[in-house]
Amino acid sequence: MTTLRPAAPKARGAIEFAAVTKRFAGGAVAVDALDLRIRAGSYVCLLGPSGCGKTTTLRLLAGHELPTTGDILLDNVDIVGLPPARRGTAMMFQSYALFPHLSVLDNVAFSLRMRGVAKAARHAKAHEALRLVEMETYAARLPAQLSGGQQQRVALARALVTNPATLLLDEPLSALDPFLRGRVRAELKRFQRELEISFVHVTHSQDEALALADQVVLMRAGRIEQQGTPEDLFDRPRTAFVARFMGGHNVFALPGGSLIAVRCDRTRIAAAGLPATVAGVEYTGTGFAVALSGAAGEEFSVLLTEAALRAQPVEPGQSVALAWDEADIRPLAGSSAAGH
Amino acid sequence: MPSSPDLAAAGGVPKAAPTAAPARRSWAPLLQSAPLWAVLLLFFVFPLLATAVVSLWDYTEYSLVPDVVSRNYVEMFEGCGDLSGGLCTTFRTYISTLRLCGMVWAVTLVLGFVVSYFLCFHVRSDGMRMALFLLCTAPFLTSNVIRMISWIPLLGREGVVNQALVALRLAERPQDWLLFSEFSVVLAFVHLYTLFVVVPVFNSMMRIDRRLLEAARDAGAGAWQTIWHVVVPLAKPGLVIGSIFVIVLVMGDFVTIGVMGGQQIASVGKVIQVQMSYLQFPAAAAQAVVLLALVLVVIAVMTKLVDIRREL
Repeated sequence: MTTLRPAAPKARGAIEFAAVTKRFAGGAVAVDALDLRIRAGSYVCLLGPSGCGKTTTLRLLAGHELPTTGDILLDNVDIVGLPPARRGTAMMFQSYALFPHLSVLDNVAFSLRMRGVAKAARHAKAHEALRLVEMETYAARLPAQLSGGQQQRVALARALVTNPATLLLDEPLSALDPFLRGRVRAELKRFQRELEISFVHVTHSQDEALALADQVVLMRAGRIEQQGTPEDLFDRPRTAFVARFMGGHNVFALPGGSLIAVRCDRTRIAAAGLPATVAGVEYTGTGFAVALSGAAGEEFSVLLTEAALRAQPVEPGQSVALAWDEADIRPLAGSSAAGH
Repeated sequence: MPSSPDLAAAGGVPKAAPTAAPARRSWAPLLQSAPLWAVLLLFFVFPLLATAVVSLWDYTEYSLVPDVVSRNYVEMFEGCGDLSGGLCTTFRTYISTLRLCGMVWAVTLVLGFVVSYFLCFHVRSDGMRMALFLLCTAPFLTSNVIRMISWIPLLGREGVVNQALVALRLAERPQDWLLFSEFSVVLAFVHLYTLFVVVPVFNSMMRIDRRLLEAARDAGAGAWQTIWHVVVPLAKPGLVIGSIFVIVLVMGDFVTIGVMGGQQIASVGKVIQVQMSYLQFPAAAAQAVVLLALVLVVIAVMTKLVDIRREL
């Protein structure tokens, strides 16, 4: 475990995208003049709906795509001209892409073998990487004989064996069942902290991003819609798109045409306010989620505690009014016309 | 006691069910597979057994004598124990056949791999890939014999290739090795059988997850390293199946070797054909049994290398 750590105590994996554009042969622009700075040793989630350019951004960083224009720096070295293996990055592929014909040990040792490391040395290093992910006892197995969670650990060991400055993860948790996802998530975070390298993690799940990231980058149509800490994005959405994508917010159009967001758990059912009709009530375990529809058919949601619902019961079809405190208003950029 | 027969009947049903159900379960699949069994028995097992039985018969110039004798096998290997005067005819024939087979196998394997690799990994669009693949099968619209014979005007002494060589001053006089030689036999076989390697290898390669190639690149593998360490091992089932096709077809061939070799090259198939033309059926049958055994050994070794059933 110790040798997988960087020799220098300093965290590694500072990344900078400078005006990076990726235009595909068909003319489609996947990444549009992207500027992005990632601090060394941080956990970054690239978040967004499918087709927003997050995977292309990751592949540009890995070297599996070349930018049309712009520069990408890793630890202050321009890596655009370098092949993937010389960049100091390692990629963990979606559904892992383990070599089905090689044992777990040979999978992990593959990149060392390609570099011409002698058998004994590369097997020793591979064993070490497997020990780090607690998969050493499975070294002789084939990938097909492992569960999804075990394959994921092997893929992680394979990526870490070359001691990269940054680990790139393409939807690493999407192939796991929900129970395992939570556990693996915690492990990824632990590895990132212990190795002091940066992790760039592509996901379309805001839960994952909120739980893991030091820095969340929410992308839309090849551009960064908003970036910051998870709290920044969730609690202070800049646009209606962010508020809707992160969830947990109601977007209201004020009479003047401007938009505001109010968190669902801060929106109240009150005596007076914005008129709405109750569409349904769902039990969430910790409370109730009341689904409502506005006058123009907008969808709203209010989270109530059990006690609050008991005190003021609502049922589908009932007309109610929505209210919120001044302090909970988050003004959004753009007008209601753009929001819908 | 009006209710007792009902009770007995009711009790009888669960008793009968467990015996009836397995009986139906065991017979139905056998019946369903009966047509296949019938075809295999009639056209595969029966001729094979007949050949094995006839190989033990005796024969004279004008008659077959049903018997159990080892004469045919003994005559086949007559003098093979004595190596002082060089190898016996049978051994020389087998070695010549194996040599041809080895050359054809090596060339078709490399060619088939390259063509499949090009189709799978270099052709980007599915439509183009399908079109090119169909183009590969186009020669099969003409018969084997025509495809073989059309080489003759090309390779003959006064053929197109020789005329071109002489005209371009690459050769002083027409080359003899082009036709009715091992070269022309191998060329014809490669022409005939490369597709039998391309198809299974293509099939294996199309199943390779493209992300594996990217993962190999990410791990620092160069193009050749990716081919050798990822593509070849994963295409191995196709390579083995294609090899079996080629080896089986070449080992038993007598037409191509006869026509393209100018009836000058020895092969086991040719020997069997000659023996049959002299009505020495038992001798031919014995020869066929030995050839079959040899080919089976080769296939057994190949299937040891890869579990084909996993891939089908």
